[in-house]
Amino acid sequence: MIKRFQLLLIFMCSFSLFAQDYFPSNTGVKANNSNYTAFTNATIHVSPTEVIENGTLLIQKGKVVAVGTSVDIPKNTTSVDLSGKSIYPSFIDLYTTFGVKKPERGGNGPRYGASRTGFYWNDHIMPEQDVMASFKYDNKTASELHKLGFGVVNTHMPDGVVRGTGALIALNNDADNSLRVVDGETTQHLSFSKSVKSRQAYPSSIMGSMALLRQMYEDAKWYADGNVDTKDLSIEALNGNKNLLQIFEAGSRANLMRADKVGDAYNIQYTIVGGGDEYERISEVKATNATVILPINFKLAYDVDNAFLASTLSLSDMRAWNQGPHNPRLLAENGIQFALTTHDLKSKKSFKSNLMKAIESGLSKQKALEALTTVPAKLLGKSNELGTLKSGSYANFLITSGDIFDKKTKLFENWVQGNPHVIENMNVKDIDGDYNFKLAGNDYKLSISGSTSKPKATLESGDKSLGTKINYANDWVNFTYKTADSTKKEFIRVAANSASGNSLNGKAIMPGGNELSFYANKVKKEDTEKDKDKKKMDDKSKDAYLSPITYPNLAYGFKEKPKSETLLFKNATIWTNEKDGVLENTDILIKNGKISKIGKDLSDKSAKIIDASGKHITAGIIDEHSHIGAASINEGGQNSSAEVTIEDVLDDEDIDLYRNLAGGVTSIQILHGSANPIGGRSAIIKLKWGEASKDLVYDNSPKFIKFALGENVKQSRSSRNERFPQSRMGVEQVFVDYFTRAKAYDKAKKSGKPYRKDAEMEVLAEILNKERFISCHSYVQSEINMLMKVAEQFDFNINTFTHILEGYKVADKMKDHGVGGSTFSDWWAYKYEVNDAIPYNAAIMHNAGVVTAINSDDAEMSRRLNQEAAKSVKYGGISEEDALKFVTLNPAKLLHLDDRVGSLKVGKDADVVLWSDHPLSVYAKAEKTIIEGVTYFDIERDKQMREAIKKEKSELINLMLQDKNKGLKTQPVKKKEKELLHCDSMDKHN
Amino acid sequence: MKALNKINIILVMLCVSLCIAQQTPATKQTKDVAIVGATLHLGNGNVIENGIVVFGDGKIKSIGPEASTSITREAMDIIDAKGKHVYPGFIVSNGTLGLVEVDAVKASSDLSEMGTFNPHIRSIIAYNAESKVVESMRPNGVLLGQVVPRGGRISGTSSVVQYDAWNWEDAVIKTDNGMHINWPSSFSRGRWWLGEDPGLKPNKNYAKQVKELTDYFNNAKSHNKGDKNEHHLPYEAMSGLFDGSKRIFINADDEKGITDAVNFAKSQGISNITIVGGYQASKVANFLKQNNVSVMLQRVHTRPELEDHDYDYTFKQAKALVDAGVLVSLEPSGQMERMNSRNLPFYAGTTVAYGLTKAQALQLITQNAAKIMGIDTMYGTLEVGKSATLFISEGDALDMRTNLVSKAFIDGRDLSLETHQTELWKRYSEKYSNQQD
Repeated sequence: MIKRFQLLLIFMCSFSLFAQDYFPSNTGVKANNSNYTAFTNATIHVSPTEVIENGTLLIQKGKVVAVGTSVDIPKNTTSVDLSGKSIYPSFIDLYTTFGVKKPERGGNGPRYGASRTGFYWNDHIMPEQDVMASFKYDNKTASELHKLGFGVVNTHMPDGVVRGTGALIALNNDADNSLRVVDGETTQHLSFSKSVKSRQAYPSSIMGSMALLRQMYEDAKWYADGNVDTKDLSIEALNGNKNLLQIFEAGSRANLMRADKVGDAYNIQYTIVGGGDEYERISEVKATNATVILPINFKLAYDVDNAFLASTLSLSDMRAWNQGPHNPRLLAENGIQFALTTHDLKSKKSFKSNLMKAIESGLSKQKALEALTTVPAKLLGKSNELGTLKSGSYANFLITSGDIFDKKTKLFENWVQGNPHVIENMNVKDIDGDYNFKLAGNDYKLSISGSTSKPKATLESGDKSLGTKINYANDWVNFTYKTADSTKKEFIRVAANSASGNSLNGKAIMPGGNELSFYANKVKKEDTEKDKDKKKMDDKSKDAYLSPITYPNLAYGFKEKPKSETLLFKNATIWTNEKDGVLENTDILIKNGKISKIGKDLSDKSAKIIDASGKHITAGIIDEHSHIGAASINEGGQNSSAEVTIEDVLDDEDIDLYRNLAGGVTSIQILHGSANPIGGRSAIIKLKWGEASKDLVYDNSPKFIKFALGENVKQSRSSRNERFPQSRMGVEQVFVDYFTRAKAYDKAKKSGKPYRKDAEMEVLAEILNKERFISCHSYVQSEINMLMKVAEQFDFNINTFTHILEGYKVADKMKDHGVGGSTFSDWWAYKYEVNDAIPYNAAIMHNAGVVTAINSDDAEMSRRLNQEAAKSVKYGGISEEDALKFVTLNPAKLLHLDDRVGSLKVGKDADVVLWSDHPLSVYAKAEKTIIEGVTYFDIERDKQMREAIKKEKSELINLMLQDKNKGLKTQPVKKKEKELLHCDSMDKHN
Repeated sequence: MKALNKINIILVMLCVSLCIAQQTPATKQTKDVAIVGATLHLGNGNVIENGIVVFGDGKIKSIGPEASTSITREAMDIIDAKGKHVYPGFIVSNGTLGLVEVDAVKASSDLSEMGTFNPHIRSIIAYNAESKVVESMRPNGVLLGQVVPRGGRISGTSSVVQYDAWNWEDAVIKTDNGMHINWPSSFSRGRWWLGEDPGLKPNKNYAKQVKELTDYFNNAKSHNKGDKNEHHLPYEAMSGLFDGSKRIFINADDEKGITDAVNFAKSQGISNITIVGGYQASKVANFLKQNNVSVMLQRVHTRPELEDHDYDYTFKQAKALVDAGVLVSLEPSGQMERMNSRNLPFYAGTTVAYGLTKAQALQLITQNAAKIMGIDTMYGTLEVGKSATLFISEGDALDMRTNLVSKAFIDGRDLSLETHQTELWKRYSEKYSNQQD
């Protein structure tokens, strides 16, 4: 035991050259090693673009001294001959949690206040967090990373929205932190995910995280300008970290876009950790100008042996498997700068195989090397020290048997700061091959394989195969085999030297103990047929099937986005929603995205003519209350969340957008949920299937916000009662309080004096200034009346009451106030506050002169809103024309869009639907749904798409079966599901 | 449409007394009634234009075309229904009306019992005949339905009721008609709170769960063969399945689950088998037909389960099954299913837009439902000798635009079509019309 300890001490002392020079030494004399090491005759990849053949790399004290073909070698140099071998700069991983333990979950239940003082008001903002405070060098993980070729990693604490500073660590197993901490403060880290240590409820959604970050940057500026008398250590740290590399963990293309949007507003260009799906909308990603840190956790093929289970796989998941490995190539081809990371890999070991997959999918080796060396070095501002082998750099390099991006290449040694980590003994000679030898009159054939790692041997004599065991080390081969006589258990033992390279020379010990001399001659090897076949296979796999990337990249996506057309519909029944009423046998011309003409016998030379005899045309359906097409709906972490906006979290890949089109819907308002009295801002979009999220939003969109009343906002169905308000009485006071403050805020803002910018107050002030409108979730008459009175008190009007199921009880007051009603056709009995909900509500409100709409709040019902409107004919005897307006013109009015959409009028947007039958009939199907002249849904094209989907899926299933047959790993089938979001839905992500 | 508005106004004017209590059940039919001149939708696939239907003592006495049916006008109440439509009362399959009043109020719910195997649980005794939701069915022509318990592996026993009664005992028309089973699902979810992936993965316990169910059935059989000196209420409640007096209703949606469920029931010697839900039933339609298995098809107005599925997948399943010769009815389970049961006719209407004829669609919610529930000797079609459970609609009752019920009868009793909702409508319409005066 003692001996071992001493040995360890001696070992450690041998690295005294690394010790900090002002530290006392009590273990011996102080000695510094100033010898040089030269690596000669190697192929040296000085950088991804510079290769030196037969070069020399000279290092000293952990740094590169010189590199080239004619390097002066000082006398005190140890030389290592690397003939036939290659040297590469070692890899850098920008995004790890090396040596950091993820904190444990703390606390219970939601809290609405912060748990700390002296820091920012939100626990999840922790720029003051220093990764070095919890860093502990991890030899084991370092060794794993050595095998993958990494020499330096950046590490951070993966917890919180702002996670504090990261540090750069050299993976030098034999030094201490004084040397291997290259830089203790390199990066600042951010994400959308909350800290697990705190139960503070806010933010509870991605849009909440976005709003929080924005407010934080505003507050940081306010603080930096000296406007705050108290201490905020978080903000001070944030301002201090300004010049560090800002790394944002997004984890998906959609979140990458969101992160970049936050940064842009404050002139911060985040470096963003992606999700591997960037290729789906590559031009959008390019436009961010962000450098992407790219995980390469390519999906395994699904195990599709079971046909039943396989049938539940979604095309989008299958494509992710098929297309994912092309992501790095596509980023490179599009000029997007990226670094590669081991982040997100379940097993770090799969890094190499995934990297090979990316290269097989066309990523150039140069780009791959850049992504692992010069790009991360540049991002860290350390191009002079890291990423290349130019003189002055750290002596961080890899010694390989050849091209590092070749499957067969061996990584022998990984040098970090001039300190070697041996992965495989590079001096082991490869003695693989077939050998012939003669012994005691018998001819033998010995085949050796895997000699440099795990040697294996087979032995044949005549037509007999003899069992044999082999070991090989330090140029000596030892093997035993059974004699050909199978009745006896006798062994022949051989010990032979392999130093010559083409023969084995030694002795054999026979069963009787006689020793004979042994000589085996190596047979020259030629490419066998099998090898040739394999090569062919490899070539073939290069042009393997690649699924088309569609917009959006899932079933029913477009290979090419459809374009605006000039369309002339002939002889239709046209529901104008204007004075003209319903026109029989009439034509309508659509041109330049607008309704160009309505009349009899129209013609246009450039138009595509569509016979619409017996069919009906209406304006596109508008849903005033929808929750489709969004990644989050509620930010319920506080009783007001005016600062969040659904525009931040649009989801252009939601299949319900397409299904709504198939139901004749062209525009929707995506409302925030009803978790709190003051909700978030709306997104008003057109269902332009295939376009990116930001392009769905209306140009110059009217500004809306969701408010809510009643059971949901007072948390009636929650067992906790911690958040104000818990009663309708409190709800009123929330509004009065916020508007009182907003009024004061607006006054201060308009006074010209400096003021603390508050996103929430900005939004509420817009309401007071009649620039933003309220759509309020409401049920019972008392609360409806209350909100109108609050609004009147602050001199503005409520724009819309949505749900408004007791609107019929106060329809006269609504009319006087000037508020519209957007209601369900027949919903009731789902909660206590809808006891008096009646299907005649729309009719009574309409008859009382209230602008009335029927909405869905439901992804299923929204695709049948024409039928829901028809229920007003049944319940309350509304005329058919007025009923259709409940889902077209009236919601357009409520959304302040009736000058653009909602009726068929020359000059308005060509948002129209061609119906197979009377549009209010249960028998009507939408055959074409057109937005601004673009046919986004076509019932015939839909049929073709179904066939194409079937074909593509069966092609991909075939490929997955091939993968499994090749012995590749697979994963169990996953059934993709999309949660149906509605008013009460909370984000799942945190 | 103007005429309709007028009717509404008249209705409002006529309404003298308003109260918020439930409607009083109608009294027994005392005088014969003849509905004259209407289009009679028989529910069995046939239609009689300009027909006459006569009923007395709660039963249909004669039915046929006006031209060939003679009646003694003086002896009966005549309802002139020229241009109108008569239908058999619509029947809710796999319904839960009367078991829950307000979805979100736990105290008002008697939908399911704790435990996994509950064959002894009987829904009928919890059926609230005075539910305000139940009375809201009648104005849409929905007059009958199954009352089904939910939850567990074996949920319990259902009964069939008519929707105009003083209490459950008066309401019931077939007691304890079926046993309801939830077949193990092919997919299960990880327990996220234990850090597992919450996504849907193949259910590893599928075989185990099927075996548990099989064992339970086998034990029940063995017990019922014995002397039953020691009683076992759940096992004994199973006996109806084995002697053929009860139908087995198995909730299963996926192709494999449906096949396994049917094979299971057959291996247990059960021949009255119905699949409830049956999202993928059309994939095994021939198998179902061969084994005489009927399907209570999941709510037509549902989103397709998978992203890749045709947008109209749920709309067209009825057509696929009917074409294959499977006996199909429509069931409303899902979000807000009780209040939505009144939309049953429109679920049927949607299947017409996606392939069925109107007569076929009507069968889904009349004759077929009655057959599956075993009440077809009296209900489900308009035929002589059967119950006079029918209604008159101003127009096509499968289309919301024209479903306007002016008269409805259960066993010949002339029902009130007023509800909590119509009363509020009238009260507030009157409030505003008074303001205008």
